[in-house]
Amino acid sequence: MGLLLPRLSKDPRAAWIAAFFLAATLMALPWVAGQFGNAWIRVLAFACLYVMLALGLNIVVGFAGLLDLGYIAFYAVGAYMYALLASPHLTQQFAWIAQAFPDGLHLSIWLVVPFGAAIAAFFGILLGAPVLKLRGDYLAIVTLGFGEIIRIFINNLNAPLNVTNGPQGITLIDPITIAGVTFSKTINFFGYEVSSLVLYYYLFLALTIITVVICMRLQDSRLGRAWMAIREDEIAAKAMGINVRNVKLLAFALGATFGGVAGAMFAAFQGFVSPESFVLNESIIVLAMVVLGGIGHIPGVIVGAILLAVLPEFLRYTVEPTQMFLFGTVILPAEILRMMLYGLAMVLIMLYRPKGLWPAPEHGVNPVVQRHSRLAA
Amino acid sequence: MELLLQQIINGLVLGSMYALIALGYTMVYGILNLINFAHGDVLMVGALTALSTILFLQPVFVDAPGWLLLIVGVLAAIPVCISVSLIIERVAYRPLRNAPRLAPLITAIGVSILLQTFAMIVWGRNFLTFPTLLDDRPIEFFGATITITRALVIVTSAIIMIGLMVLVNRTKLGRAMRATAENPRVAGLMGVNPNYVIALTFAIGAALAAVAGVMWAATYSTAHFFMGFTPGLKAFTAAVLGGIGNIPGAMLGGLLLGLIEALGAGYIGDLTNGILGSHYQDIFAFLVLVGVLIFRPQGLLGERVADRA
Amino acid sequence: MADVVLKVAGVNKRFGGLQALSDVGIDIERGQIYGLIGPNGAGKTTFFNVVTGLYAPDSGTFELAGKPYSPSEVHKVAAAGIARTFQNIRLFPDMTAMENVMVGRHVRTKATALGAILRTRATLAEERAIRQRSFELLEYVGVAKYADYQARTLAYGDQRRLEIARALATDPKLLALDEPAAGMNATEKVALRALLEAISRDGVTILLIEHDVKLVLGLCDQVTVLDYGKTIAVGTPGDVQRSPAVIEAYLGAAHTNVATKESA
Repeated sequence: MGLLLPRLSKDPRAAWIAAFFLAATLMALPWVAGQFGNAWIRVLAFACLYVMLALGLNIVVGFAGLLDLGYIAFYAVGAYMYALLASPHLTQQFAWIAQAFPDGLHLSIWLVVPFGAAIAAFFGILLGAPVLKLRGDYLAIVTLGFGEIIRIFINNLNAPLNVTNGPQGITLIDPITIAGVTFSKTINFFGYEVSSLVLYYYLFLALTIITVVICMRLQDSRLGRAWMAIREDEIAAKAMGINVRNVKLLAFALGATFGGVAGAMFAAFQGFVSPESFVLNESIIVLAMVVLGGIGHIPGVIVGAILLAVLPEFLRYTVEPTQMFLFGTVILPAEILRMMLYGLAMVLIMLYRPKGLWPAPEHGVNPVVQRHSRLAA
Repeated sequence: MELLLQQIINGLVLGSMYALIALGYTMVYGILNLINFAHGDVLMVGALTALSTILFLQPVFVDAPGWLLLIVGVLAAIPVCISVSLIIERVAYRPLRNAPRLAPLITAIGVSILLQTFAMIVWGRNFLTFPTLLDDRPIEFFGATITITRALVIVTSAIIMIGLMVLVNRTKLGRAMRATAENPRVAGLMGVNPNYVIALTFAIGAALAAVAGVMWAATYSTAHFFMGFTPGLKAFTAAVLGGIGNIPGAMLGGLLLGLIEALGAGYIGDLTNGILGSHYQDIFAFLVLVGVLIFRPQGLLGERVADRA
Repeated sequence: MADVVLKVAGVNKRFGGLQALSDVGIDIERGQIYGLIGPNGAGKTTFFNVVTGLYAPDSGTFELAGKPYSPSEVHKVAAAGIARTFQNIRLFPDMTAMENVMVGRHVRTKATALGAILRTRATLAEERAIRQRSFELLEYVGVAKYADYQARTLAYGDQRRLEIARALATDPKLLALDEPAAGMNATEKVALRALLEAISRDGVTILLIEHDVKLVLGLCDQVTVLDYGKTIAVGTPGDVQRSPAVIEAYLGAAHTNVATKESA
């Protein structure tokens, strides 16, 4: 992983010091942000979830080069899986379930992560299998269609059997509980008051760090190279013995797992899920994060996700009051501004900086040699 | 039997609109190999522009007949849509003509979002009512019912499509368009200005979208900033079904898809014993899309193109 | 009886109205450098693509090192032991030279996603071995100094060598080269010939398509000549050079003092 931050990689001591400061900053962040209001801690928690989503999508889009416009479906699957297995909904709807689980359905955290990952991976393979032979733009549209299909099913599976409770969504979802500590309440930690929001933030931060490590390890592995080979030239990849079909399916499956786990966390955090949270726009937002940051470059994707998750919130607190002050009315509400940012990000980046804000560093041959060469296309 | 006829009529209405929109997708794809993701939103701009025009004129010309207002609305929408489409082509697509194909697709998605935000600012986020301008009492037709608006949709679309076929196949301009679609560089060597032809293609597509947008808004009596998404996606499916890049294919695909959706929605309850209801209608289009792309990617009327190693 | 590495017979391939290949076959023995030549459009690349699995033939039998194989899936052909390069160079342009060759090792290694995530000892050992072997191959073909440079920035001749290194990384029984000398000047061709001779000496069987007749005649042990999809001559370069059918179809006014392996 020597290309992450070139100078740091050459000096292990500097790398450790930088890592320490980064860790300290991340730990202290919610306390600082909390000074400005609890809403900001929520923003940080969601930023972590978005980073996870962006990194997951990055595996599919960035590493393997498959443009998936329906990624949010995996987020939805993970969220609803947890919602169904950790809320009173199913026991209320189906008497036989209530009998089988007299204490209600409460999924423990240690099962949530593997379940969320597994079910998302399953859907990843389900959605990936039919699209393997499709070309880039067709692949994008079909995956978009799949994302929509999942949302429509979730929205309508409330008759004849009420599985998902349709547009009303599922409420009263259990909060996360680890080692007896329930995350929905403020806890007392060695004399310090740690609010529920901060607890969730730390949990999401831990999961995000694990996600980053996993992605970095995958990138630098036999599988990561196979993905990149497929992205660069599928025919040559096949000629080198890569089973392109299976490797693409792995990309879909592994990419989906991060979405699934993030979705389950989201359900627990909010306590409530509905199909409205999983519309196409969300898929596009995650794609915008990957594109803005630097397709295929993990640090870039992280930056892109944080920027597009946090910046709109900043704007909400600055732009709206400014407009009130200048015009007496709000012409551009924050919600619209947020969408505009995503749209602009995608257009401007593709036009002016197609590799993203922070692309992978490139190494070219010595210019002297280049003068005498005849470069192939 | 009446149900069947009713669904067929519904299918033709829907299909005619899909066909008009699909033509825009297929013509642009034929020339640029680009899915104009923002095409559905051009439709939306057309519908809302027409709506604003009509709402503006109604109190001013109180006695004006409904059909006149409708025509004026369409005439107002067309230039607006053409302008929007040309600006998009010039600013967002042209610089990326030689970029890898995913780049303009991502840009197109961005443009689509920007159009929607623009519409949100100008027209707000609420669903707006499109006034009923024609006498829409249901007319009996062999046991099924139809309104004037819907009948007009079918007739107008047919006229437009015939006109387009004449344009593409019988005029010098049409020849230039077909040549550019096959090979822009060689067409250029023959004296055709590819940029001009491309702009024209976008303009025609936009005009068709404007008309389709007004039809859609009039048929469903509603218009809002997100109305272009579903018809846009389905029309794209129709274009693929017919054979992307193929103009008669787009027309055929549009009508077929409309019929499939209407018949499917009508009968799905019976077919699945009530498990799946008609609100799953939207899924048909997606299933058709996936099916076509997997089993017959060249569509109904398209040709197989071989891949050279 | 010499060891037969590749035995192909009875290949027919039709593209619409064109019969691209009619009953074409080839027999390559271990350690040979085998040339496939013919005028433009003779069907050389088509045959090549059939043997390596890119095109499905209408008929034909295929045997690699005595075992029949079906050229239906490209990656299986590679796994069986035929590695190829491409006429238009198909490197992975944004990956480094080193990474390109490492991809070549994919088919002979087996680390899984789980192994990568958990960094098991077996996975780490395999990664080290991949790196080492890849670097050795880069040195072998002479582009080791560009190991960390993106493949698309390499000079044309170096890109060709890199592609050969990547193919060698798959430990092939047969190295199939599609016009490896295309676009090279005389100096580069001399270097390429030396490299190919070294590869052959080191025990790899080579099949190559080439337009440069001089190179083929000087380098190859056996040659098959195609014309209009049919085999018109098979034999040593000397025999083929003298065959009237070949002269008529291809060599035209032959240069009688072209050095061949026999007379050199």
